[in-house]
Amino acid sequence: MCRARIRLNALCAFLLLMVACSGEPQQSADTGALTGQLTLTGSSTVAPLIGEIAKRFEQTHPGTRVDVQTGGSSRGVADARRGTADIGMVSRALNADENDLTAYPIALDGVAMIVHRDNPLPVLSEEQIVAIYTGQVTNWREIGGADAPITVVNKAEGRSTLELFLGYFKLRNEDIKPSIIIGDNQQGIRTVAADPNAIGYVSIGTATYEASRGTAIKALSMGGIEASLENVRNGSFPLSRPLHLVTLGSAEQASALARSFIEYAASAAVSDLTEAQYFVPLTH
Amino acid sequence: MSPSRTDLPLLWTLRALAALAGAITLLIVAFLILEAWPALQTPGLSHFLTDASWFPASTTPQFNLIPMVAGTLAATLGAMLLATPLGIAAALFSRFYAPPAIASWFRRLLELLAGIPSVVYGFWGLVVLTPLIRQWAPPGQSLLAAILILSLMILPTIALLSETALRSIPRAYLQGAAALGLSRWATIRGVALPAAHCGIMSSILLAAGRAIGETMAVLMVAGNIVKVPDSLFAPVRTLTANIALELGYALDGHRAALFVSGLILLALIVLLVSMSDWIMRDDPGTAPEALTQAQVPQHG
Repeated sequence: MCRARIRLNALCAFLLLMVACSGEPQQSADTGALTGQLTLTGSSTVAPLIGEIAKRFEQTHPGTRVDVQTGGSSRGVADARRGTADIGMVSRALNADENDLTAYPIALDGVAMIVHRDNPLPVLSEEQIVAIYTGQVTNWREIGGADAPITVVNKAEGRSTLELFLGYFKLRNEDIKPSIIIGDNQQGIRTVAADPNAIGYVSIGTATYEASRGTAIKALSMGGIEASLENVRNGSFPLSRPLHLVTLGSAEQASALARSFIEYAASAAVSDLTEAQYFVPLTH
Repeated sequence: MSPSRTDLPLLWTLRALAALAGAITLLIVAFLILEAWPALQTPGLSHFLTDASWFPASTTPQFNLIPMVAGTLAATLGAMLLATPLGIAAALFSRFYAPPAIASWFRRLLELLAGIPSVVYGFWGLVVLTPLIRQWAPPGQSLLAAILILSLMILPTIALLSETALRSIPRAYLQGAAALGLSRWATIRGVALPAAHCGIMSSILLAAGRAIGETMAVLMVAGNIVKVPDSLFAPVRTLTANIALELGYALDGHRAALFVSGLILLALIVLLVSMSDWIMRDDPGTAPEALTQAQVPQHG
């Protein structure tokens, strides 16, 4: 018994040692090249993307170290102001009272409402979508479709698509009466493609890609604007939002390292990472 | 009995490996408790049982886990009820009724069924099974779909292990039954099943462990609505699906609440292990081994 406990202690010590070693900040001997540490905090939508970009940035700039932490857009703003973070991550446009910060767009996030390809309704108004998702309309017949119950597909808690959807339609997740809850975009596409009476929403990049490959879904226009990457990029598609990095003060006040990271995050060198996370890069 | 000098290095290697295996399990449990601790402090354990619903990321968060526990239990029990008779019947067919050539092919098919990754079952369920159920009772993604997919996944476990148990009955028993002039069915009922009941029981418990832990396939076909199911056609969310759906995007209190889901899942498995100990206490040494394997979560 006692011997086993000693062994356990030794193991714990070993694990602690490993953690301690990996946590040691890297120090670079060569001057001239970019060195140092950057801390980014903020939006949980932007954080996974920035995490990937940070990995690639660290590889191309040895001697730098980028820490990414989540906590919501408001934390990104607060930490950038307080100086706890070098850069804040914000998944919306900056408000009027946030003009002490400089915002740099790095990508766009768009959500498309999707229905089955055989659904006869060409378009749904915002009121109809709200009525469907809050359970006031439960049959397609009530809004001019076939006589069939509506399968309402909602996203699982915490997803950025859910956040954007709820924000745009001014809904709370508690008000939604879903028939099915899905996880990632692919599951949403498969669920709607397999059910002629389903309605759902997924990231716009996935929706247009799958529709172009002949999957049995169609993306609905919103307010007369077609759901396409082009319309997200030119800002006309309503169900979309910019993803920002923010720094305190004017652009010149940011450190050279922060400026170079922001430039890198918006550049075409990382647009493959942006697309892999189903966001829309600013440039082709 | 003290080990000889030459055995000492082996003995200590084995002791070290056993201690390591034990320590890893304890570390996982400790990690779960550590991560769940903030949620057990605020909002506190009672919220996980009495809140109105599950909206952990809302401004007024609600943390009721009861629907998920009910979903896990309903899906697991349903799959056990369906797969156990089928699995044992398949084992009996393969051992006592099928001609040797067919029995060998039948076994290979079952082994193939056991080897299919769970995400493939899930995908098949999503594109084939749930649309069929939907024609009957929409939306199709339902408790029934979860039960059917889980049954299919645990059927080969029960069939193959029961068949092995039936095969390892001492030859003399069956010869004795033949000498008494018993019919084939009487031999099975009176001799084979009682002699192999321990092995069959462990196969069922092993399958139960797999069904409780299965994540990906269930997530894809069960609909994942947080509500105690009121019919076979109602969508359900299991504890494992709850963690898989939300953990990647959860922060702070929400994250800790998901670790409480994990703790409850662990408690269910501990309950299963104790149940098997209780069932098997006449025959020490059969069930616990099987269940230590059942605790290993299915990779999904």
